[in-house]
Amino acid sequence: MRIGVVTFPGSLDDRDAARAVRVAGGEAVPLWHGDADLHGVDAVVLPGGFSYGDYLRCGAIARFAPVMEPLADAARGGLPVLGVCNGFQVLCESHLLPGALIRNDHRKFVCRDQPLRVENATTAWTTGYGAGDEIVIPLKNGEGAYVAGERTLDELEGEGRVVVRYVGDNPNGSYRDIAGITNVRGNVVGLMPHPEHAVEPLTGSGTDGLGFFASVLGAVAAP
Amino acid sequence: MARVVVDVMLKPEILDPQGKAVHGALGRLGFDGVASVRQGKRFEIELTGEATPEAVSEIERAAGTLLSNPVIEDFVVRVEP
Repeated sequence: MRIGVVTFPGSLDDRDAARAVRVAGGEAVPLWHGDADLHGVDAVVLPGGFSYGDYLRCGAIARFAPVMEPLADAARGGLPVLGVCNGFQVLCESHLLPGALIRNDHRKFVCRDQPLRVENATTAWTTGYGAGDEIVIPLKNGEGAYVAGERTLDELEGEGRVVVRYVGDNPNGSYRDIAGITNVRGNVVGLMPHPEHAVEPLTGSGTDGLGFFASVLGAVAAP
Repeated sequence: MARVVVDVMLKPEILDPQGKAVHGALGRLGFDGVASVRQGKRFEIELTGEATPEAVSEIERAAGTLLSNPVIEDFVVRVEP
């Protein structure tokens, strides 16, 4: 199983994402923002960081990177894509996922181990969990407040497309405590917290994040 | 050469934490009578030619594509006299 990890100028967590793929048993394939194709990978991770310095809006410039064109086409065709933090922002800017991420309502950067509830365990990236599972993975962002129109929010809730929700205090002002969502097909998932930082007991808050990467390996093998 | 200005503002229903921070600081500095502050972005775009209707409509397309995110922001395009 070959999982591509895209590096944009300013990406931070591409190495951790690649490591998480390997820990889960996959082969991590580095993809460059200037690549014109996806090198035949079976899935793609858009990692966290500050692509293009977060200039203009988070993810707004990365969205137009050359690699995003084949990626958007492939995502619409069913390729599993996971966007973490800045990667989630890129997916929203690309309109592969609805809504947007704006500055935390309390205006401070937040960095903590974050409890989440898995609401949808049927996406390409969450079959390794059970619906209702509570997991703890790191959250670290300044612009992580998920916003969308009421109609979009109702649609997401009604169609079961809220993938993970914050448990306890809402850390950033996200509407309806939404931490991550998916597209209609369930192959594209974006979330603000960082599963790739919680895949080994030696570092991070535990191994609760490993399921995202294990899930896609199963999803890629299964169809 | 013509100059086109694009103003981008968060939609009224979207919370603006930066504007709120500026509002708070204004109050602490003694600038009373400010009910609220919304912070936006202004792009000053120099065209290589004249501001023909075609050129302005291209800038409008750019404003809706890259300069603003229509999910959370509104924009206004105007030609500088």
